[in-house]
Amino acid sequence: MKKNLLFYPRQVVERGSPWDWALLPLVLAVLVLVAFGAQQMTRPYEIGEPLQLSLEPIALPYYLLRTTLRMFIALGCSLVFSCVFAVLAAKVRPAERVLVPMLDILQSVPILGFLSITVAGFIALFPGNLLGVECAAIFAIFTSQAWNMAFSLYQSMRTVPAELSEAARVFQLSGWQRFWRLELPHAMPSLLWNMMMSMSGGWFFVVASEAISVSNQNIMLPGIGSYIARAIEARDLGAIGWAIGAMLVGILLYDQLLFRPLVAWADKFRFEETDSGAAPSSWVLSWLRRSAGARAVGDLFASGLERSFVMVRRQHDGTSIRARRFAGAATLTRVWDAAVAAIVLFAVWRLITFIHAEVGWSEVGHVFVLGLYTLVRVLVLIALAALVWVPVGIWIGMNPRWSGRLQAIAQFLAAFPANLMFPVAVLLIVKWQLNPDIWLSPLMVFGTQWYLLFNVIAGASTIPTELRFAAQNFGLSGWLKWRRYLLPAVFPSFVTGAITASGGSWNASIVAESVSWGHTTLEAHGLGSYIARMTSVGDFPRIALGIGVMCIFVMALNHFVWRRLYRIAAERMHF
Amino acid sequence: MNAHAPLVELKSVGKSFRSADGVQRPVLHEVDFTLREREIVALLGQSGSGKSTLLRIMAGLVPVDGGEVLYRGQPLHGPARGVGMVFQSFALFPWLTVQQNVEIGLEARGMPAPERARRAVKAIEMIGLSGFESALPRELSGGMRQRVGIARALVIEPDVLLMDEAFSALDVLTGERLREDILELWDGGAMSTRGMLVVSHNIEEAVLMADRVLIFASDPGRVRCQLAVHLPRPRDPDSPQVRMLIDEVYALMTAGAPRAGRVTEEAEPAARLTERLPEADVARMEGLLEWLADEPFRGRADLPQLAEETELTDAELLPVVHAVSLLGLARLESGDVHLTQLGQRYVEASHTDRQRLFGHQLLEHVPLVAHMRHSLEQESAGTLPEKPFLRMLSEHLGAEEAERVLRTAIEWARHGEVFEYDYNTGTIHLPDALMSEGE
Repeated sequence: MKKNLLFYPRQVVERGSPWDWALLPLVLAVLVLVAFGAQQMTRPYEIGEPLQLSLEPIALPYYLLRTTLRMFIALGCSLVFSCVFAVLAAKVRPAERVLVPMLDILQSVPILGFLSITVAGFIALFPGNLLGVECAAIFAIFTSQAWNMAFSLYQSMRTVPAELSEAARVFQLSGWQRFWRLELPHAMPSLLWNMMMSMSGGWFFVVASEAISVSNQNIMLPGIGSYIARAIEARDLGAIGWAIGAMLVGILLYDQLLFRPLVAWADKFRFEETDSGAAPSSWVLSWLRRSAGARAVGDLFASGLERSFVMVRRQHDGTSIRARRFAGAATLTRVWDAAVAAIVLFAVWRLITFIHAEVGWSEVGHVFVLGLYTLVRVLVLIALAALVWVPVGIWIGMNPRWSGRLQAIAQFLAAFPANLMFPVAVLLIVKWQLNPDIWLSPLMVFGTQWYLLFNVIAGASTIPTELRFAAQNFGLSGWLKWRRYLLPAVFPSFVTGAITASGGSWNASIVAESVSWGHTTLEAHGLGSYIARMTSVGDFPRIALGIGVMCIFVMALNHFVWRRLYRIAAERMHF
Repeated sequence: MNAHAPLVELKSVGKSFRSADGVQRPVLHEVDFTLREREIVALLGQSGSGKSTLLRIMAGLVPVDGGEVLYRGQPLHGPARGVGMVFQSFALFPWLTVQQNVEIGLEARGMPAPERARRAVKAIEMIGLSGFESALPRELSGGMRQRVGIARALVIEPDVLLMDEAFSALDVLTGERLREDILELWDGGAMSTRGMLVVSHNIEEAVLMADRVLIFASDPGRVRCQLAVHLPRPRDPDSPQVRMLIDEVYALMTAGAPRAGRVTEEAEPAARLTERLPEADVARMEGLLEWLADEPFRGRADLPQLAEETELTDAELLPVVHAVSLLGLARLESGDVHLTQLGQRYVEASHTDRQRLFGHQLLEHVPLVAHMRHSLEQESAGTLPEKPFLRMLSEHLGAEEAERVLRTAIEWARHGEVFEYDYNTGTIHLPDALMSEGE
């Protein structure tokens, strides 16, 4: 069989494509901006020195630059952390048993908790320089982004399809090759989705992470968050409006310049073999793909990766003695388990003595009662939000004309930091003399209710057409239609949304239960306001207590309610 | 090199998996097997008989508990470089192009890119996929994807090629084409491969391809018998020799099948409580009985012929045949199925009578169903959770298989109105309208 070459592969034209010229100034501008921002981040700085912060709208682009830069660095750190965590947890059995529960705890620790514990350390790390404070802020943003990314990557690595994993072994891929060729690509879609969620989380806490007012420190780093904090102090509604605008621009830029191209690019990593509708597209990606310069960068990366494959390849195969499994592993595992158990027991004992000595048991009881208040708030509000958004979501989802557009809006609203609306709530509550215990609560789900909405929309729009016809054909109507058809159909996506909304609400309780506008501060009784108060005075034992109790509540709720509902949904109610 | 030197040797290999409750459940027991140079061996057996595990042991993917595995005389602790594998569901990397997929084994060895590309293009051409080098797997049909899978295995020039039901996910026509292409490469000497092991569900496929057919028995998996095939390739599926061989394999495959017919009742050991029930749905069983009663079979059918007429694959047909013979509605005799008198009555009966008859046979011949019914009758409420039964089964069969057996028992019992099942609560209960037939 001789192959006839009828077609020759297209030759690459030697002069760079015109797209390069369009791209060049853009790239240069971005580089200059990044360099400028980075230089500003490392300015000399002494604690106590007030940082200039202007409420003029003209200063906002600069603040936006600083904030986006910070978030970008934090996102990068989160990505690296996620990879290290996921590889360790998925490949090293003994590490997995420690790391996974630890991450579960870490992700239920509120972000202010991390900040209050670490800020002093970061400042001490770079004496006389702003970098220390910057690091603290970046770390705070990191803690609002990293955990779900790490979990998603770990989950994906654990759920690599068995046959692909076997193929990787049969064809002798080394651990390094396997990570780049199999595990990371497989994880990419859900990792990206979680990166976007993380970004929303970062925006939500932008005020708390930039205007650091913990442990009697009062530092306002130049950025959108500090701008908002200053505007709230000064009761300047106009400035808040400008900040909202700037933030919209920031979110839009991230979406268009980073996430949209990434999502469009990552479409090839989808594992489902069937084509599902239109592939996502991005003008930036099309642009980059046409530009020879960007292609060259991509090729450079690819060839670097391939060169690393040559270096880090498997040296021996299954017939070498080095492939033999070590028989003593079982004993070692047992020793390791015993060591971990001993450390945990020791920690529990230390904790008990610490609480006994520093806080007292009555305080513990009190904090638990506060936790119950917050729990009731979270559950009632999610139920209320469900009552409103489930019918709306179903209606939108079943109208294909609306669902695409409105779903995008709901996603955007979820990314939007709801705490910008808090001052309005304060004004209203003060004006009408309302009870803050009740009327501050809606703020907790203000930002997280959108997860319910867009998940329900997604669920309703995937109801199979045959089922819709059948329901019409049998003339299902009224309550029966809801009970037998619509509610079960959207239940799985509702649970997914509710899990996210519930987790977010707990975290939001810290900012939502204690809200200020100028010198007016409203507080609702609850665990969130307790932690917020203790954080601002820097009472470490009580911060730890509050955080610990919140972790217990969040984990219990996850374990006893959400995970069960999730299992029911996964087993019985899917198409 | 010696024409019949052993490539892979298994010496009294045993393997057991630990089920969820910590009980060791043997999957393979004392298996001796040698794959030699210049031979194709086909492995047949019911699902769950451990043939896939055996293949994975040879691939170095699954470590053994007892015995020895040698590859070219060396002990095998993991996947060897000289072993290539083709997977049932293709196992292509969906994000890599056809050429990148084919190159993956070479890339892992650190071969320089130009050499890699040269070999990959050659392999792609050999398997008939030229022009698709830059396509993604999702753009290809199932048959073309499996061609990529084969090219990926062949490009590393393996000594041993393992095929794990490589054609069963493809339609019949495509599977046949691909099989012929591989045999052509093998017999034409275009492959560097020196031995091939093919795990299959399809009896005809096995007979057409192999120099040796190994038939596996289950619980625990072991080699029941083997059959040498000396016919020259390519073999004509319609030639009398091939037909005879296929008949013989069918007879061997069904020889140890559970049966409740009168003739050999004494000779067979009584069915066990935790017996592996054949995974057959009721509609198919009824369909089969009706086929049997009808023209052209009139109560007696040759299995290969039946497979052809009903257009069922062997993997689908055999469990149904086993099920009806287990219930005494048909009888198996050296590769033929006979409708029993009871089966005849069943076919002629009305729907309600059929169900009653079915229930009766279930209680008599399926100890598991009888035990479930018996336990239910002792409950004042007439309900029991499925859990304890599942646990009992999984002590003998492993979690997945236990689940499958219980589902089958429940489906049969529902049809025979022996008991009912509530999916949401996972409980079984006596039928609402309690009849007295069952007792």
